[in-house]
Amino acid sequence: MKRSKMMELGVGLFMLAGILGLVFLGLRVSGLTFQASGDTFRLEANFANIGGLKPRARVTMAGVTVGRVSAIELDTDWYDARVILELDGDLEGRLSRDTTAAILTAGLLGEQYIGITVGGDPETLADGDTIRDTQSAVVLEELIQQFLSNMISD
Amino acid sequence: MISRIAHLGRRGCELLEALGRAGIFMAQSAIGVPSREGWYLWLRQMHFVGVLSLAIVLVSGLFIGMVLALQGYTILVDFGAEQALGQMVALSLLRELAPVVAALLFAGRAGSALTAEIGLMKATEQLTSMEMIGVDPLRRVVAPRLWAGFVALPLLTIGFSVVGVYGGYLVGVEWLGVFEGSYWGNMQASVDFVGDIGNGMVKSLVFAVVVTWIAVFQGYDLVPTSEGISRATTRTVVYSSLAVLGLDFVLTAMMFGGLS
Repeated sequence: MKRSKMMELGVGLFMLAGILGLVFLGLRVSGLTFQASGDTFRLEANFANIGGLKPRARVTMAGVTVGRVSAIELDTDWYDARVILELDGDLEGRLSRDTTAAILTAGLLGEQYIGITVGGDPETLADGDTIRDTQSAVVLEELIQQFLSNMISD
Repeated sequence: MISRIAHLGRRGCELLEALGRAGIFMAQSAIGVPSREGWYLWLRQMHFVGVLSLAIVLVSGLFIGMVLALQGYTILVDFGAEQALGQMVALSLLRELAPVVAALLFAGRAGSALTAEIGLMKATEQLTSMEMIGVDPLRRVVAPRLWAGFVALPLLTIGFSVVGVYGGYLVGVEWLGVFEGSYWGNMQASVDFVGDIGNGMVKSLVFAVVVTWIAVFQGYDLVPTSEGISRATTRTVVYSSLAVLGLDFVLTAMMFGGLS
């Protein structure tokens, strides 16, 4: 059987191209980043209504992405939604105790995300603390209800 | 009347027997320690099955990506959501189109070629001659082709996705004027590596096993005449395509059906 260098080279290139393609898909298409996993700290926040918030939604401060929503569960003590946030490690110990978290919508039909705003309290939140001051998502039906009842009472 | 029922029963039994032969065939071929020469046989088949299929797979990927972007743009622009074009193209390709279309093209090109080659070897008695001189035809002829198919199709699927996303970029950003930052940014925010790319690769692996298995089995098991070869080649393409589409539905339901 004739050993063909060109054929071996061809198959090798093909497989290398496949692996590089997978790396490209990972980095450019799915936005995988090399972030050290120990670089985040956890905070919790309770909301009366999370609306369309999903796990892996963004957490922003002043519009800049500073973390992700890692889990959403039902708090069986207070019957509201407990959202667990994972924020960048550099913010640990720098958010005041009266930081607020609000569920905002990107655009009209866009995905929902959490925006946090710091307050003025000298004491700060540590890993595992709960954000006390929260603003639930705007539910369209409740807004319409409010509008109609305002119109009727006028 | 009774003879019709007997005929149906006989056909059913024949189907079961064929399925059993296929299972035994797969077990005997795929499991085997590769030797030094076996490695080289596999390399030749990788070239034949993988490298030579690159042309059709990549060109199809490019055009499918371009058409996706074009059609997607015309629909999304009515909702003012044309900035979501990147995520639409990428998700459609990675989850569904790349594994399925690459498998169908592979079945048509490489699958039919494998069936014809092995079928001709059977018809010209090369396989029985190999057995007589003590060489196991399953290990020498079938196993390298099986493993080449298992490795080549996932690689071809990756190539298809990459070229398709790039084709979508060419049409969406360069021609239709979608903002480049939103094309890639929205895509990166919505494509999950394990959930989308990983699931697409799992599908592609399953299709690779099924398509290659059907192709080599039809070649090995056919009636050794020229008519038998042509019928086996047709059966390869038809059965592979139906199996790919059916399995695609099952896998999609398993992977993406239980929406969290």
